[in-house]
Amino acid sequence: MSEPRTLVEKIWDAHRIPSGSDGPDLLYVDVHLVHEATSAQAFDGLRLAGRTVRRPDLTLAVEDHNVPTDSLSITDPISIEQVARLRANCAEHGIELFPHGDARQGIVHVVGPELGAIQPGMTVVCGDSHTSTHGAFGALAFGVGTSDVEHVLATQTLPMPRPRTMAVEFTGTLPPDVTAKDLMLALLAEIGANGAHGYVLEYRGAAIRGLSMESRMTLCNLSIEAGARAGMVAPDEVTFEYLATRPRRPVGKDWDEALAHWSTLCTDPGAVFDRTVTLEVGALSPVVTWGTNPGQAVPLSQAVPDPAQFTDAAERAAARRALEYMALEPGTRMRDIEVDTVFLGSCTNGRIEDLRAAAAVLRGRVLAPSVRMLVVPGSMRVRDQAEQEGLHDVFRAAGAEWRLSGCSMCLGMNADRLSGPRRCASTSNRNYEGRQGDTARTHLVSPAVAAATAVAGRLAAPADLS
Amino acid sequence: MEPLTEHTGRVLPLRRSDVDTDQIIPSRFCRRLTKTGYADGLFARWREADDFVLNDPARAGGSVLVAGPNFATGSSREHAVWALRDWGIAAVLAPSFGDIFRRNALKNGLLAVQLPDAVVSGLLDAADRDPRFLVTVDLLACEVRWDGGRQAFEVDVRARRLLLDGQDDIAVTLADGDRIAAYERGRPHWLPVFGPARAG
Repeated sequence: MSEPRTLVEKIWDAHRIPSGSDGPDLLYVDVHLVHEATSAQAFDGLRLAGRTVRRPDLTLAVEDHNVPTDSLSITDPISIEQVARLRANCAEHGIELFPHGDARQGIVHVVGPELGAIQPGMTVVCGDSHTSTHGAFGALAFGVGTSDVEHVLATQTLPMPRPRTMAVEFTGTLPPDVTAKDLMLALLAEIGANGAHGYVLEYRGAAIRGLSMESRMTLCNLSIEAGARAGMVAPDEVTFEYLATRPRRPVGKDWDEALAHWSTLCTDPGAVFDRTVTLEVGALSPVVTWGTNPGQAVPLSQAVPDPAQFTDAAERAAARRALEYMALEPGTRMRDIEVDTVFLGSCTNGRIEDLRAAAAVLRGRVLAPSVRMLVVPGSMRVRDQAEQEGLHDVFRAAGAEWRLSGCSMCLGMNADRLSGPRRCASTSNRNYEGRQGDTARTHLVSPAVAAATAVAGRLAAPADLS
Repeated sequence: MEPLTEHTGRVLPLRRSDVDTDQIIPSRFCRRLTKTGYADGLFARWREADDFVLNDPARAGGSVLVAGPNFATGSSREHAVWALRDWGIAAVLAPSFGDIFRRNALKNGLLAVQLPDAVVSGLLDAADRDPRFLVTVDLLACEVRWDGGRQAFEVDVRARRLLLDGQDDIAVTLADGDRIAAYERGRPHWLPVFGPARAG
């Protein structure tokens, strides 16, 4: 009988090509996702070296980072140039592209899964750190830089040392008002923004089994914020049911064959992880960030911490700096923090489930007069689905902006940026200094908290609204 | 790439932890289509403060950045490496790095070297006292040296060999082309494929 293996090890072994040189093994890449912001230099590199794309048929391109979400025509000259370059590169190499304006366009990490192109046991790579999202399907998925994008285009492989493995065990039952976003913010607060440095995480426990695919994607998406290389959830009936209706799934006998393989993709009893972290979830409540990295988070019911209470000197200094940037005083109740902007969207929380959760809170309510709220669906398909369900009417009636799909205000690269020291409750993934605008202040929240906050004008949970 | 064996330069002390790549280069500077021209964006927001280390005339020309733990966490943007390189930084020493950044750095000949906490603290203190404090990063010997001390470090085997020999990363992998092709013949036929003319 063979040694018991973790899920990560099974996928690793199935994609490993021993190298003829003395370096690490090559990892074969099943799907390479490409977007306009990190690929131009990679295609140039190929051209300069006289190389070509080895497997255009395993490559899918999307325009998302630098496109407008208020208009189907791009007017920003740099965006036009970036997008034109991606289109030319895709045309030259025969790569399938979902351009801005296409009914299938959206954020790359929303589009791949909803196509059914991301399947259990696969390896997925993209020039974007939130590629960890795809681990929700039991795939090994991670972000890379532009040099590695070029390497994958040219060879469909990456030389990689075998990663260390970490089990994240969620014990207990998730309370009904606690979402995957809260779960991850709580984990980040517990282990820190570098607490899983270099590991591939496997999220485990009954609380995970009860999560939808959308929630699992939120969970895995935020793995990178703990410094992890990737995060994953072993596939189960929830995964198979999600895939069963997707356009790019295997069909007929292929489906049966694929399903038989997918069903073997779990960590064997007795397999050993390099490290295990356990988090009891039964007593959790909604979590929000107070600082400038995603690990600087507390329950919404608590107050801004006092930096003096941190025992670690580096953490103390970081907390002081964060509070200065965020213009917050220790001891201020999180619920007393007023915001002027709410952003609902991103590869973290821009899926249909997220829009439904926010709309459920906003139905029959209006935004606080001081608040601007942007609703940016994660893809045009999500947008269509939401409109079929009438969610756009709920958002508009409440006074929110119903926009087109893209990365938008998650990263401040496109026109959706905050000017001046605005304070934003955001369903995105990074509250770094300047992330949403040069002096903008970001509080990371779940979609439900985002919606309640938009109504209250200050950080709030749905239960706080009368 | 030219072979790279060691670098000696003055230390730029950056006594901060969790410096994310959005600080190293804000996204609005990441919209170019080239691999060069990013020096203007390096720490663009922090450089607005006169007392920021890169603005210190006594430290002009410093080329070894020494920083706190979890340096260059966050976004995968290789622009962070390009900006550091364009500014004239040849090495970054820290107790830990964002994984993607460290890979990106070594691919561009920027020596991102992980050192023990206490060693980094010592180097920061020394640089605080003396703006002309010099450090050598020796990739051949895998050690960092300074007046009165040395510290061994570990580095990715392949990245080190590529840098020392000035070899091309992709060319080395393509030498394994037959192995890759053999692997491809054994992949399950039902795995997804894409194509420009596909609908749905």
